[in-house]
Amino acid sequence: MTPLLQVRDLTKRYGARLGCGDVSFDLYPGEVMGIVGESGSGKSTLLNCLAGHLAPDEGQVIFDTRGDGPVDTLTMSEPARRMLGRTDWAFVHQNARDGLRMGVSAGANVGERLMAVGARHYGDIRAQAVDWLGRVEIAEDRVDDRPRAFSGGMQQRLQIARNLVTGPRLVFMDEPTGGLDVSVQARLLDLLRGLVREMGLSAIIVTHDLAVVRLLADRLMVMKSGAVVETGLTDQVLDDPQHGYTQLLVSSVLQV
Amino acid sequence: MEAMIRVSDVSKSFVLHNQGGAVIPVMAGAALSVRRGECVALVGDSGAGKSTLMRMLYGNYLADGGRILVGDVEVSGAEPREILAMRREVLGYVSQFLRVVPRVPTLEVVAEPVRAAGGSREAGEARARDLLARLNVPERLWALSPTTFSGGEQQRVNIARGFAHDFPAMLLDEPTASLDATNRAVVLGLIEEAKARGAAIVGIFHDAEARAQVCDREIDVSRFTPERAA
Repeated sequence: MTPLLQVRDLTKRYGARLGCGDVSFDLYPGEVMGIVGESGSGKSTLLNCLAGHLAPDEGQVIFDTRGDGPVDTLTMSEPARRMLGRTDWAFVHQNARDGLRMGVSAGANVGERLMAVGARHYGDIRAQAVDWLGRVEIAEDRVDDRPRAFSGGMQQRLQIARNLVTGPRLVFMDEPTGGLDVSVQARLLDLLRGLVREMGLSAIIVTHDLAVVRLLADRLMVMKSGAVVETGLTDQVLDDPQHGYTQLLVSSVLQV
Repeated sequence: MEAMIRVSDVSKSFVLHNQGGAVIPVMAGAALSVRRGECVALVGDSGAGKSTLMRMLYGNYLADGGRILVGDVEVSGAEPREILAMRREVLGYVSQFLRVVPRVPTLEVVAEPVRAAGGSREAGEARARDLLARLNVPERLWALSPTTFSGGEQQRVNIARGFAHDFPAMLLDEPTASLDATNRAVVLGLIEEAKARGAAIVGIFHDAEARAQVCDREIDVSRFTPERAA
């Protein structure tokens, strides 16, 4: 099986400071990988380098494209990478406002992604938007409301609908449950888990919430000061951590 | 007959980096093999390493040395996706605690392993209904998430989930603990059926009568405790 994503020696520096250094991994179709670490450990820098939002200094991010097989997305032309961002890739921001157009309706937020890949029939676009809003549990009578009128949890679900409507194969998520209260988090986790299973998605999830990765991620990567200190199967890393930093991270979780 | 589970010369220590780098050796020279249709009980005092050995078989703990084979998967040294494939298709695990995504209905929780192994939604649900009924979980609870259930109900849901897919190898961690006589008999029946269809089983049973009824052999893991081996 060809990995969906092959990352080789990815390094990003901010002047003299290291953002993330020498990161390498393979992600296979259907796999969900979690990236954990404290604030400033480089996990968001890494995610943004992978998704093409930041230009790394060194390394390769090779994606198995539908048309041409494995291609290094860092040396791809800008239009080709933008196209990838609208079709096979999706990015769920921690702050829904960064991933939504706040000035247009919920339906238009979802429909816009479809139009970007060539959909033109208004009735079809609206029907698909309503279908997707339903899947993320947003009632049909809210389709013409703007996201501003939505709660934080609803905005996050709308962002997910907007991202997944085009049937991407790889989803990047930056703290998707951050800032939501726990009951809303549970609902979102259930939703994400269902979508990953049904659509056979691969995903890379950055979070500092170990409970979230235990339920969603197959594999884990632990980062500290820009470097990957430990990788492995999620429950193995959490239950039998090998690196001192991971042991500290796991033992610092408060029990409820 | 070829063994389904083979363990040879497995060792394990825990290194506590944040407590002065203390090294705690917990196992050395562990060896066992389990054939298809056989149930082997791990025995030994608390802390002897029964759960540790079981967790290493499941790929939950890393073995430091030696070899662990389940079917044709070499657990020691496997990639995460190889372990995950093994857990979907080859090796089932009934743990003592139920861990689930909140809000997911019991029926789906139990059907999940069938679907993960490639079965249809219908096949999964049919199997889940059958097992939940056998384990006397009231039907009115099936559409609810098990997170709010009593301890005994959660354990039965956990057992139903563990037996939903016909795994060729299984790990059972105290499957009869805290069950009433009726449900205990149901669980022992499930274990006997699994053996009859050829499953290789490793179990921890504090319930000596249950052990005597379903297990063919006992392995005393205190033999593998480093202090005694030395």
